[in-house]
Amino acid sequence: MEVIIERRYSEAIFPLHALLLAGTVPLFLGAALSDAAYASTYEIQWSNFASWLIVGGLIFAGLALLFAIVDLCIPSRRRARGAGWYALILLITWVLGFVDALLHARDAWAAMPAGLALSVIVTLLACVAAWFGFCTPRIGGMK
Amino acid sequence: MKPGLFMAVALSALLAACGGDTQPAQYGAAPELPKPQRGLLPDMVIAKPAEWGDKLPTVPEGYTISAIATDLKIPRQTLVLPNGDILVAEGRGGGAPVLKPKDVIAGYIKSKGTSPVKGGNRLTLLRDADGDGAYELSTVFADNLNAPYGLALVDGSLYVANQDALLRFDYQEGQTKASGGPTKITDLPSAINHHWTKSLAASADGQTLYVGIGSNSNITERGMAAEVDRAMVWQVDARSGAHKPYATGLRNPTALAIQPGTGQLWAVVNERDEIGPNLVPDYLTAVQEGRFYGWPYSYWGQHVDDRVRPQNLEKVASAIAPDYALGSHVAALGVTFSNEAMGSQFADGVFVGEHGSWNRADPVGYKVVFVPFRDGRPAGPPVDFVSGFRDSDGTTRGRPVGVSVDPRGALIVADDLSNTVWRVAPARSG
Repeated sequence: MEVIIERRYSEAIFPLHALLLAGTVPLFLGAALSDAAYASTYEIQWSNFASWLIVGGLIFAGLALLFAIVDLCIPSRRRARGAGWYALILLITWVLGFVDALLHARDAWAAMPAGLALSVIVTLLACVAAWFGFCTPRIGGMK
Repeated sequence: MKPGLFMAVALSALLAACGGDTQPAQYGAAPELPKPQRGLLPDMVIAKPAEWGDKLPTVPEGYTISAIATDLKIPRQTLVLPNGDILVAEGRGGGAPVLKPKDVIAGYIKSKGTSPVKGGNRLTLLRDADGDGAYELSTVFADNLNAPYGLALVDGSLYVANQDALLRFDYQEGQTKASGGPTKITDLPSAINHHWTKSLAASADGQTLYVGIGSNSNITERGMAAEVDRAMVWQVDARSGAHKPYATGLRNPTALAIQPGTGQLWAVVNERDEIGPNLVPDYLTAVQEGRFYGWPYSYWGQHVDDRVRPQNLEKVASAIAPDYALGSHVAALGVTFSNEAMGSQFADGVFVGEHGSWNRADPVGYKVVFVPFRDGRPAGPPVDFVSGFRDSDGTTRGRPVGVSVDPRGALIVADDLSNTVWRVAPARSG
């Protein structure tokens, strides 16, 4: 039997890169939940929480994106299929997250309801990016 | 796909989203009010501070202007005493905590357009003993105050509105220094103090004081709980310190004045930002007792502001429109009634000090205007009285705040960017 190891990445994702990528998800998720709480209670503190969580998400996603771009740019590293998609989705996540941050800089309800919708979209995108990013090589895959 | 290129394109598209703005005729009783609008970024054009050098502000022909005090510590409001001495309140209040990332960034950008000097927290007395228009004496009348702003004098009582308390000093004509510490009449709302200035006016009989208290936010973004006792004018009993709201819904009543003859209270009020270059007009209004002027639920009467949750349509239905629009974002911070000694053209009306805009691509304000009155009401467009504070390239040498009319025929203008007090007077013939 022939065993094929598919290389999603040259090797397993670098630990710091993994930490940043994984951390992006709960930060944006927290923002989306806080937005939902603000929308249902009109309690402004939830909106403040969302604003900071988005900034956190942008920092984590931005640094993870730097890792991804560096990975793509180093020719000596053999890349697996999907690495390019991962970087692109993470980039889109970051750009929409930045737009979300600007929306949240509007005062009070002016951030809504677009802010909530975008926070949910960015959270989903962050999940997809993390999924692609963590598709590490597995031994035993059959083809 | 080149990620860097994509990002650059996306960013420049975002930045280009800020719209242009033409300025409609936005003064008087029925200003044109466009629809609210805001791009992803608010318009921000901040003054670029510069020295006056040999330059002077521009005044109408037949008038002269001179700096009667310089190197002050953030002069805000002035008061002309009966003997002609001038008191200047100096200070910088506020210190509202940062709540959102936006507060960090916007706070930094806005601070570039103000003086770096530390607020004096004092009253300075200026004296022109020989009446030549040069104020040779400049001395500290009282210090250790807390961001003093509003000033009023009635019958030997000098009232000072700190950012957190209303104080009274005994005053005798000719004094150059307070004879003792102040007596506290009442505390004033000071939690957070987003809009910290406490404006002040006194009724002619000295029984009643009016204190203008600004809102704790632009438009409730610090929560409704922060707005208790904010955005209103208090009526304070001068003796007991007891207070009650006199009029409410006034977002930031930055200066108050009593109309000579009628005793009517007038105010200039700074309205809300971030819904477009031509919303909402700052205004001048007679303050009607017991009435509600809209903030935060609505503006200019009953135009609902959708940024406020929960809404309150009952309050909106009770809101009245103010009397006279001064233009959006001009930031009116001073108002005073004129008199005959200012010259026939400027005898009947009010002077308004306009600190100048930040939330407008095409800046406005940065001048002192005269609003002519007829039969005790504003009549006609505002006329520039002192201008030349800001060049079209953004270079800004001064920003007017408080204005006071000296009964002998001069307008006193505090400038908190160049830390100067200006005096504008009709040129003496011969």
